[in-house]
Amino acid sequence: MEFLSPSTLEEALEAKHAHPDGVPIMGGTDVMVELNFDKRRPRTLIDLSRVPELSELGPEQGRIRLGAGVSYTRIVDGLGTSAPALAKASRTVASPQIRNRGTVGGNLGGASPAGDTHPALLATDAVVELASVRGRRTVPAREFYLSLRETACREDELITAVLLPEPTGPQQFAKIGTRNSMVIAVTSFSLALDPHTRTVGTGLGAAAPTPVRAEAAEEFLAAEFDWRDGSNLSEATVRRFGDLVASAARPIDDQRGSADYRKHALAVMARRALSWSVTDYRKGATRCA
Amino acid sequence: MAATTRVTDLSSTTRDGVGTSPRRPDGTLKVTGEFAYSSDMWMEDMLWGATLRSPHPHARILGIDITEALKVAGVQAVLTHEDVPGEKRYGLEFQDQPVLAFDKVRYKGEPVAVVAADHPETARRAMERIRVDYEVLDPVSDSRQAALDPDCPLVHEAGEVPHHPEYNPRGNRLRYQPIRTGAFTEVAGSADREQEVLEGLRAEAAAVVTTEYEVGMQDQAFLGPESGMAVPAEDGGVDLYVATQWLHADQRQIAPALGLDQEQVRLTLAGVGGAFGAREDLSMQIHACMLALHTGKPVKFVYNREESFYGHVHRHPAKMRYEHGARADGSLLYATAEVIVDGGAYASATPAVVGVASSLGLGPYEIPNALMDAYGVYTTNPPCGAMRGFGAVQSCFAYESQMDKLAAELGLHPVELRVRNALSQGSKVITGQEIDMPLPMVEMLERCRELPMPPERSALADPADQRTLPGGVAGTTRGEGVVRGVGYGVGLKNLCYSEDFDDYSTARVRMEVAGGEPVVQVHTAAAEVGQGLVTVKGQIARTELGVEKVVITPSDTQVGSAGSSSASRQSYMTGGAVKVACTSVREEVFALARAKGLVPEGSQDTDLSLTGGKVVSATAGALVSLADLLGEAAEGGAVVEHTREFHHRPTEMLDPQLGQGASHTQFGMCVHRAVVDVDVDLGLVKVVALDAVQDVGKVLHPQQLAGQIQGGSTQGLGLALMEEVQVEGSEIRNPSFTDYLIPTILDTPPMRIDVLERPDPHAPYGLRGAGEPPTLSSTPAIVAAVREATGRPLTHAPVRPEDIVGIEV
Repeated sequence: MEFLSPSTLEEALEAKHAHPDGVPIMGGTDVMVELNFDKRRPRTLIDLSRVPELSELGPEQGRIRLGAGVSYTRIVDGLGTSAPALAKASRTVASPQIRNRGTVGGNLGGASPAGDTHPALLATDAVVELASVRGRRTVPAREFYLSLRETACREDELITAVLLPEPTGPQQFAKIGTRNSMVIAVTSFSLALDPHTRTVGTGLGAAAPTPVRAEAAEEFLAAEFDWRDGSNLSEATVRRFGDLVASAARPIDDQRGSADYRKHALAVMARRALSWSVTDYRKGATRCA
Repeated sequence: MAATTRVTDLSSTTRDGVGTSPRRPDGTLKVTGEFAYSSDMWMEDMLWGATLRSPHPHARILGIDITEALKVAGVQAVLTHEDVPGEKRYGLEFQDQPVLAFDKVRYKGEPVAVVAADHPETARRAMERIRVDYEVLDPVSDSRQAALDPDCPLVHEAGEVPHHPEYNPRGNRLRYQPIRTGAFTEVAGSADREQEVLEGLRAEAAAVVTTEYEVGMQDQAFLGPESGMAVPAEDGGVDLYVATQWLHADQRQIAPALGLDQEQVRLTLAGVGGAFGAREDLSMQIHACMLALHTGKPVKFVYNREESFYGHVHRHPAKMRYEHGARADGSLLYATAEVIVDGGAYASATPAVVGVASSLGLGPYEIPNALMDAYGVYTTNPPCGAMRGFGAVQSCFAYESQMDKLAAELGLHPVELRVRNALSQGSKVITGQEIDMPLPMVEMLERCRELPMPPERSALADPADQRTLPGGVAGTTRGEGVVRGVGYGVGLKNLCYSEDFDDYSTARVRMEVAGGEPVVQVHTAAAEVGQGLVTVKGQIARTELGVEKVVITPSDTQVGSAGSSSASRQSYMTGGAVKVACTSVREEVFALARAKGLVPEGSQDTDLSLTGGKVVSATAGALVSLADLLGEAAEGGAVVEHTREFHHRPTEMLDPQLGQGASHTQFGMCVHRAVVDVDVDLGLVKVVALDAVQDVGKVLHPQQLAGQIQGGSTQGLGLALMEEVQVEGSEIRNPSFTDYLIPTILDTPPMRIDVLERPDPHAPYGLRGAGEPPTLSSTPAIVAAVREATGRPLTHAPVRPEDIVGIEV
């Protein structure tokens, strides 16, 4: 196996161009497991951990530019207010050791439907930045996941950053695991309300072959929500929202849980996330007034 | 006044003796990561072994072609069953397991061939080039069918196991053990008449509860995977360094397979990364030795985590049907049980597990009429064998669940119902064996009920702290749907080996003077598997010989067998052996002092003791220092050395018709109270408190004892809420720590531990094995608490979120 260790982004892009089947590796929390268990034998590994640009994190044109190689620990510590859903999701990733190594870029590269950050990226309408020797382009997270573990990232491209819109309303993330930490999602849910555009964003994890949105639920809630005062929603509305979220899922029965349970849990999480959001929304509205 | 009171407890005079908590000799190394585990061994010219395993649970082997594998550069050997030099099968109780599969494979993951190469990746690649031609057969997956259906296909054909020509007379039944007492005794063996008796009892009962329970397959989940190194020796034998639980049992099985004498196979214990029963059976031992003898080079094996799930036995999953009938006052009238434990493809410890599951299968209760049918069966599922709790865990979940159900039916508090039916010293268990040692069950139950409760959620410093809520940091609730529940559990466990097994341990203790001070060396073959025997052996030597400096030599087969580090037995057995060997050393030291005229005339040995490095007379005070008495060993001073065996009292086999017999050496008990918060909408559980009361007879090392009780309770928590090797169609669905979940620190609640010391007159120091009992009772206590919170029946352990929210799995 060839192990490439570029020290600049240019070198990294050249390497990916020269080795389209090369597997990028950052924290190694996903890739190394596959190698150790002999599930994958790439001819080339491209180690991105020495590329400084990928570990940068900061504001950029009203958004947060999150380098693909920023660790979950830094997200938990630094983005609690500027990207609450993603920070909450990052807190649920594995253990402190893994959070020190693992990155959103890796989560996107592996594109496991159970990846913890996908629902938050979908709900908040984050944008994925891709680069190659041909140049840079951006793809909304909502168009990034194509099919099981297939993404919009092309053979010669590297994921360089994620652009996170500034939150204007409440954001939630919750994940089901059968133990209280360090667990892969049985299923997960994220919700974001955007009072500026009066739109609702959702994201569902481990609920379909790819991370998915519940678009019918988003539209339903956008129409039902009291964007001015955030007044309480009727029980029927909350319930309907939960049901619409669950019906967007196409889960499977597997060793982590049954399809029926996943749908049930999504509905419960969606209802709770909505009620927390209503409370948070009113707090936010009060502060503005 | 104090001056006239002689202190008889030697632990108070020699530092770090029995009853104190000295540091483990290997503790710092383990915490700092410097301890050498078996997987860390390395030799200059060693080869790496790899194992080709069956991809099918059940298949006929039509041919094995190793030609292509041998062509891989760096490969030194590829061996199959044809290369096994001696006996082709081995086994703990029955010799039924092929060293390498021939004719048939009987579980997925069964070893078929082994490779040695100069690099592990080379070995792996060569392995992929071995071609095995299989004719796939239907798996035999259903343990109830295997036990009861005469038309079930056989996993082992009759007569195919050497030395067992009668084999297999009972089809797939490895062992069937009935027990009949009271009114069932007279009608034993006649299904119709047993039914009549049962109906009569039902009519007499004020409350009857009947339920089917299941316990899933639990994994021991040790952290150090199977590993070891075999080094060929000049005498044609082999030296094996391996992480195991019983060196001599390994030796006894390895030597015949290699066609060698026992003395030519020498074992040394390598650093063991946990065991819990999973290292009782052989894994890579014979394979490494075969390859080492074949290549003339050291061969090292290290399984990876997934392979480890196929490389060791698990806890038997059980299917159980229980019926209990009680009178209106809560006293039990009768109980019946059918317990089927799935042994998987090979016997391992299944017959002994059935012996425990049957004899203790109705728990620590007075039951005048009992009917028990316990079966251990062959299937093509992963082999099951020893795990902490050994057959007593599964039935404890069932009988304790029954007790709760009965209490609810009769309107009694669950503790009250247990108190009314509690066994005590002098009681008999259903095998007719009298409990001839203290069993303060009623007191333990009452103490457990009286332990302070954890604070209510509303009293927490931050009730919104997600780490205190079910679902933890995953943020699924801020208190919505959270309901608290409380539950109790009691378990009765046999300690030490049972059923007529002549169980013993050997210790060699040597005393000499080095550098002007007395030093004691303790040599046994006992496996330190993390439990702390290495500390306890030193404590006993210090207490018995009054010498502070004790050296524990590595465990190997150069001294007699110590028996297994199993059955909570090592403090009792190897502790007992060290104690008696120390007694012999002490007697010789006294004789030396006498011979030198240092002991006053008329003074008996009972007046003498070894304290603070001196021979001390109760009446005349210090007589001589050991340094002066023995003299410097390097300068021809005396070396006092004794090797002694310690046997526990004999036990009996259960009789095959009525299941009667004094089959157990000692009984141990733990009582648990669990407090849980359940998210009833999502089916997630946070255990808030898991408090225990345990009688240990005598505390040898308070800190290690607490560790055993905490660890056992947590392993039981795992079985209650998350730990299950999921097997479907005889295939494991979750062979990884990604999907086989064990509790993290966030799942593990604070534990109050209340320890009683009621000495067992038969045991050294009055001690009682402590490692297993907590593993029994914590599971039913937690499930009972979840039941109280949810109102769900919860008949499957582990409880799944689906069970709590009411979705069929």
